[in-house]
Amino acid sequence: MKFSFSAEQDEFRGNLRRLLAERVPTKEVRRLMETAAGWEREGWRQLDGTLGLSAIAIPEEFGGYGFGFGELCIVLEEMGRALVPAPYLATSLAARAILHVGSAADRTALLPGIASGVTIATLASAEDAGNWEAEATTLTATSGGDGWRLDGHKSFVLDGHIADLILVLARAPGSAGAKGVSLFAVEAGAAGFTWQALAVMDPTRKLARLTFDGVAARLIGTAGEAAAPYRRTMTEAAVALANEMVGGAERLREDALAYAMMRMQFGRTIASFQSMKHKQADMLLEVELAKSAAYYAAAAIDEGDDDAEAVASLAKAGAADAYVQTAIHAIQIHGGIGFTWDNDTHLWFKRAKSSEVLFGDGQHHREIMMRNWAA
Amino acid sequence: MEHTESAVRAACRAWLEAHWDPNRGLIEWRNILIDSGWGAPAWPKRWHGLDLPTGLVPVVEEEMARIGAVGVAKAGIRVLASATILAHGSDMQKEKFLRRSMTGEDTWCQLFSEPGSGSDVAGAVTRADMRGNHWVVNGQKVWTTSAHKADWGLLLARTDWDQRKHKGLSYFILDMKQQGVTVQPLRQMNGHASFNQVFITDALVPPEMLVANVGDGWEVTTTTLMHERRGADGLRSWAQASDRPEHIYQEERAEIATVMEPYKWYPQRAGRVDLLMPRAIETGAIDDPVVRQELAKLLIMAKSAEWTARRARAAQEQGRPQGPEGSLGKLAASHIARAAARLHTTMAGANALLTGPDSPLGGLIAEILVSVPATSIAGGTDEIQRNIIAERVLKMPREPSIDSDRPFRDVPRNTVR
Ligand SMILES: Cc1cc2nc3c(=O)[nH]c(=O)nc-3n(C[C@H](O)[C@H](O)[C@H](O)COP(=O)(O)OP(=O)(O)OC[C@H]3O[C@@H](n4cnc5c(N)ncnc54)[C@H](O)[C@@H]3O)c2cc1C
Repeated sequence: MKFSFSAEQDEFRGNLRRLLAERVPTKEVRRLMETAAGWEREGWRQLDGTLGLSAIAIPEEFGGYGFGFGELCIVLEEMGRALVPAPYLATSLAARAILHVGSAADRTALLPGIASGVTIATLASAEDAGNWEAEATTLTATSGGDGWRLDGHKSFVLDGHIADLILVLARAPGSAGAKGVSLFAVEAGAAGFTWQALAVMDPTRKLARLTFDGVAARLIGTAGEAAAPYRRTMTEAAVALANEMVGGAERLREDALAYAMMRMQFGRTIASFQSMKHKQADMLLEVELAKSAAYYAAAAIDEGDDDAEAVASLAKAGAADAYVQTAIHAIQIHGGIGFTWDNDTHLWFKRAKSSEVLFGDGQHHREIMMRNWAA
Repeated sequence: MEHTESAVRAACRAWLEAHWDPNRGLIEWRNILIDSGWGAPAWPKRWHGLDLPTGLVPVVEEEMARIGAVGVAKAGIRVLASATILAHGSDMQKEKFLRRSMTGEDTWCQLFSEPGSGSDVAGAVTRADMRGNHWVVNGQKVWTTSAHKADWGLLLARTDWDQRKHKGLSYFILDMKQQGVTVQPLRQMNGHASFNQVFITDALVPPEMLVANVGDGWEVTTTTLMHERRGADGLRSWAQASDRPEHIYQEERAEIATVMEPYKWYPQRAGRVDLLMPRAIETGAIDDPVVRQELAKLLIMAKSAEWTARRARAAQEQGRPQGPEGSLGKLAASHIARAAARLHTTMAGANALLTGPDSPLGGLIAEILVSVPATSIAGGTDEIQRNIIAERVLKMPREPSIDSDRPFRDVPRNTVR
């Protein structure tokens, strides 16, 4: 299904789009983004429960619906479109990490809570240096008589201030590179764990810096073996974010078009000016190309393609450029009102900018492509 | 035969194994292929096809390639001629032209652009007047690719000057091998001369060579142009001569070298994205971080465009007709071609100053650099594609029209004639 969606998928998308439009209009996005947490547990639980969003891509044996990564990406695209402030991306990626890195026991212990929508989880890998690769990990894990203890910091952690369960990448003291890297699960109430909300440019996407001071942790999977399966998780993270981004980019494009069709200058709509038409044509082209790559990459994950890593980075870098460019055009099309806080365009503009950087910027992902393809 | 991939593959393979023989003559083989329906499987059964969904055509192409079978003639304007005749032509025209286009016996050209009307194709002033029992054609066409090789021309001409611009046009099939048609090749900036000026003086068209009805010329032209733009979506592959020894391959090589000669630089005008990675490795530019980034950017665009074209085709499968989305692919192709030329220049370094056999890849790189500008002009310029996308896909207001509301004879026009 690299080039089209099934009738069931289209129907699911339609239902979800209607639901989000009704329950999370921009007014609601604005209300939530102004709160410190950026999100409300009860409201989210209701929304999540209506369609069982948290269960979508979790295998049936762990309490999920067992749909594919493609379906997860449909949800993310629609959430990106509506700009839903919710820890869905964070929790989904934590679940993918548990699936890829964890043992059967880890999955049985942790996934049902996520699938039911009760556990909010996140994946904490980047640190102050802002590098999401396992190799860059410095936070240490030491094993003693009473189990594993974590010491160090994580930063740029998605929804790290509200997560109940934090999946933490850590390394054995003295190890280097991909060797010695393990994944751990920490509960938010654990002694020695503290979080600090970061002051973020994009108010709809909250990030936290986490401090671990001798925090007791549960080892996920095999000690020292997390780098490879974590890398797979980040490949999926790139695709997930790409799909979220194309949803937002398309929404911006459509809103800017609707505005241009309505706004009159010189006795005609601004949509009748050729430079405005050509800009819209360019925006459509960019967004459609990015959508094609995002969809293709999602299918490549489901189909287990050999070059999924390169394709994922392609989709991430392509979507980021398209989203940011669309946002710039969208503000320009709105004129002065586009620069106001009251106009909604800047909400997506900021999401575009934050997504551009999250999980590695364009340069980083283009280099991953080349490492795969220029062998 | 069921319309599933496996059924089509099995049926096609079985037929090819029973019939393919590289020692046959080229035309003889193509006639057999056409009779079987495998030559144009997506066409209707009544007209040489199998009514196969276009999504399954690649399966047939794969099977042909697997056994090394030569296909029907496909490159060039003939594809547009066939698509247009299939959509709008009379039964007589379908009988006379479809088969011979596919066997390669007939070659075509597209007589749309004129000195005074290029982007504005509907402003054509070449005229066709009914005199006695024939249409008599007078005027001048320009940029006509392959006119010097063509047996037939797809002609747009004005038949009624009292009608509004788009209503007074008709579409004809013009016999190029007649006294009233003079073809003069034009040298292009890349040194080739594949397009021409065509002077038409009292050329004759029998009434049965009118396509659709008098006054339908614009509608029929739009069909041809949509197919042309869609063909620019990067999914087309160009005829490659096989170096195998059997008789039929010799004939195919001869065809590519003669009839297909005007198209030999066409792969270069698309920028030769396929050569970028091998060139980067060969020149060592692959170790340059700037080149790596630029190459990755180009690959993002090229792959995404390819997948977009496939998405458009898949959507068409699900019953949507060929629409103006073709313009998206054409616009993407222009960006890709330009970016590829830029990268080829970077990687060639000072050697990009050279041309001819001693320059990189025996002149191929130089040919790319001077052929790419055609991509954003031929088949409708980038600006026209953007107009089409904005107006037909996004439904934005049309450009104010100051020439479509009155009889065409009163419309201000270029003095060039
Ligand atoms: C290699 C090649 C092969 C070709 N083969 C054929 C062929 O086989 N048959 C055939 O009929 N024609 C052929 N053409 C002609 C081609 O279709 C025309 O050149 C093209 O449509 C542009 O028309 P023009 O040259 O008259 O330029 P013009 O229409 O004069 O355009 C000049 C500039 O003005 C811009 N412009 C014009 N109108 C608008 C508008 N409404 N809005 C914004 N900008 C505008 C154009 O984008 C362009 O940049 C070929 C051209 C090339 C380069």
